[in-house]
Amino acid sequence: MHIKGVDIDHVRIKPPLGGVPWEGVRMARRQRLLLAALAIAAIGMAASAGWADGPAPPTNVVAKDRPWDVGGAVVVSWTSPTTPVESFQILRLMDAAEVKQANRDARVAAASDAAAAVRERLSAEGVAPEDVQLQAREAAQAAAATLLSEQEATAGEPRWTPVAVALGSQTSVVVDRLSDDFPGGYRFQVVAIASDGTRSIPAETTVAVTPSRQPFDGGRLWLAIITVVLCGAVLTFIAAARRGMPLKIRKIAGLAAVDEAVGRATEMGRPVLFIPGTQDMNEIQTLAGITVLSRVGKTAAEYDAQVEVPTSRSLVMTAARETMHAAYLQAGRPDAFNPDLVYYVTDEQFGFVAYLSGMMVREKPAACFYMGAFFAESLILAETGNSVGAIQIAGTAQPAQLPFFVAACDYTLIGEEFFAASAYLSGEPDQLGSLKGQDVGKLIVAGLMVVGCLIATAASITGSEMLEGILSYLKNTMLT
Amino acid sequence: MKRLIPLWITAVSGILLIVAYFIPAWESWGEKATIWFDVLAASAFVLGGGNLLKLHLRKVSNRQAGWAYSAVTVAAFVVTLTVGLAKIGVHPSDNNPDFAWSGSYNSSGTAFWWLYEYAFKPLTATMFSLLAFYVASAAFRAFRAKNIEATLLLGTAFIVLLGRTFAGVFLTQWLPESLSGLKLENLTVWIMQVPNTAGTRAIMIGVALGIASTSLKVLLGVDRSYLGSD
Repeated sequence: MHIKGVDIDHVRIKPPLGGVPWEGVRMARRQRLLLAALAIAAIGMAASAGWADGPAPPTNVVAKDRPWDVGGAVVVSWTSPTTPVESFQILRLMDAAEVKQANRDARVAAASDAAAAVRERLSAEGVAPEDVQLQAREAAQAAAATLLSEQEATAGEPRWTPVAVALGSQTSVVVDRLSDDFPGGYRFQVVAIASDGTRSIPAETTVAVTPSRQPFDGGRLWLAIITVVLCGAVLTFIAAARRGMPLKIRKIAGLAAVDEAVGRATEMGRPVLFIPGTQDMNEIQTLAGITVLSRVGKTAAEYDAQVEVPTSRSLVMTAARETMHAAYLQAGRPDAFNPDLVYYVTDEQFGFVAYLSGMMVREKPAACFYMGAFFAESLILAETGNSVGAIQIAGTAQPAQLPFFVAACDYTLIGEEFFAASAYLSGEPDQLGSLKGQDVGKLIVAGLMVVGCLIATAASITGSEMLEGILSYLKNTMLT
Repeated sequence: MKRLIPLWITAVSGILLIVAYFIPAWESWGEKATIWFDVLAASAFVLGGGNLLKLHLRKVSNRQAGWAYSAVTVAAFVVTLTVGLAKIGVHPSDNNPDFAWSGSYNSSGTAFWWLYEYAFKPLTATMFSLLAFYVASAAFRAFRAKNIEATLLLGTAFIVLLGRTFAGVFLTQWLPESLSGLKLENLTVWIMQVPNTAGTRAIMIGVALGIASTSLKVLLGVDRSYLGSD
């Protein structure tokens, strides 16, 4: 047997200090085996002695693929020992590639640390930078080589890496961030840790497990149920509205004022400015804004007013043009439509604001509509519009921008009112039915809120574990 | 046909993406749809750029009011586009040091970077800084105590504004520990965490339901106004 060119049969074993020299003793194979057996026994006894002070190990350690998930996770469960346990540590067996990578990372870290230490020491001593660099490199190489020899010595031994920690009261834990094609499957160990830090003998899974992706993501089951109920309610009321069910919708001042604003602009002979937000067509608020534009465009066509639609996205420009064209057609005045009034400015937020502010100050529009997704530009636009004396109507679903619009505009469509605009303005039974469906959603939300508040209050007063569990399920499973 | 095909595309792709959200094997479809949208939006940018040039060149040509602004816009557009496409001042990248244009067009030291750092950024910062003055003027208008609601708003705003300053902390520091909840800084935290959060969440719930309903109307073709028809 050779280790780095050294024949182990001829190694001189040095005696303890002051002992009888054993030089020249050549061990027979049997003696060597005996010595190795003794060493292993001694290590085992020492280890047993250490574990004997620790808690008893957990039993029945089982790892199973987590059901109804997207893969990459397994559930490790165990039976707690009878002795008190502070926590459990869960370890996973690494495969050869992982060990190789971990070894490489360790060598890199060791080399880096060694080089840094040398650099710090030599720089403090005033050594020339070139020499510092040279010696740091040598130190890094030496550290990496030393670690490599240690790693080679332990090569082939199973290596376990900690992957999770569980409380002493837990009997299972989810281990995620795993691969669905791990060679040979994953094996786990669970170690019980007592309050004084002593550890039990590791208990190991007997069967390897490989996580797999399921056909349905169970974590989203409640979302699916809520979606189906909400969509079902909307569809039911649309169908009911089609059958002639009478539907009422409360008056929304901001939408009722659309005709007034366009009429005012017509009287004053000034243009109407319509800004469909600063986001692209994949933003639902932009879509809702374009819907309002359709009505504004139709009214403007009827009144012969001029509507200017600057956009910050090219796709919004094309969609807005189509909408305006159709609105003018509906009003019976297709010849009055000027596509150049729907134009692209820039994607840049403050570039867009700069253009609009300048344009408002120069052209002084009589009415300004801000319908869509807005961010920091909301107040700049609304205040500029206010300063030129325009009647202003805003609608957005950005809660942070609503106070600015409320402060600076004459009318503001708050959140859901903005999305109701389409139904309100069209007055079609189909669309009004969808609003009724929304009300069912509100009822469900209100019911859940009342139930949740009651359970939370009762759990807080009684300290009941069952109520805490229900509350936790409501918060962490149903609503997550 | 012009309306029917887009409606079908919207309905099929939208419903598929909703279903895909719940099926792990199809989950990546959403990301792919986003990539397709980005490709589409990037192509549409040509339309936007063309439209910008057309309108502003016409303004300059016709000497319309404010044509000088249009001239500046066109000049800035052309210069920035040229500098970016021609990679003026770009250094070779570390990976390909032998190729003069291998560096990124916006890496530090390039002409595009210079334009961005020293022309574009200061201009946008200037626009953004206007916000401070507009907040003051809007607050002045909003906080006029015209009725009970406005007076409540004024009072709340006063507490929150003061509670976030050193003066607010100083003014109520004499309050005993048993009344610490009335200290301005604590009152501010309570206002922001309880009534303000409750109001915001109410709006958010309404918005979420509105988005779901609007999406459904669009997917089912009930609302077609975005396609240019009611």
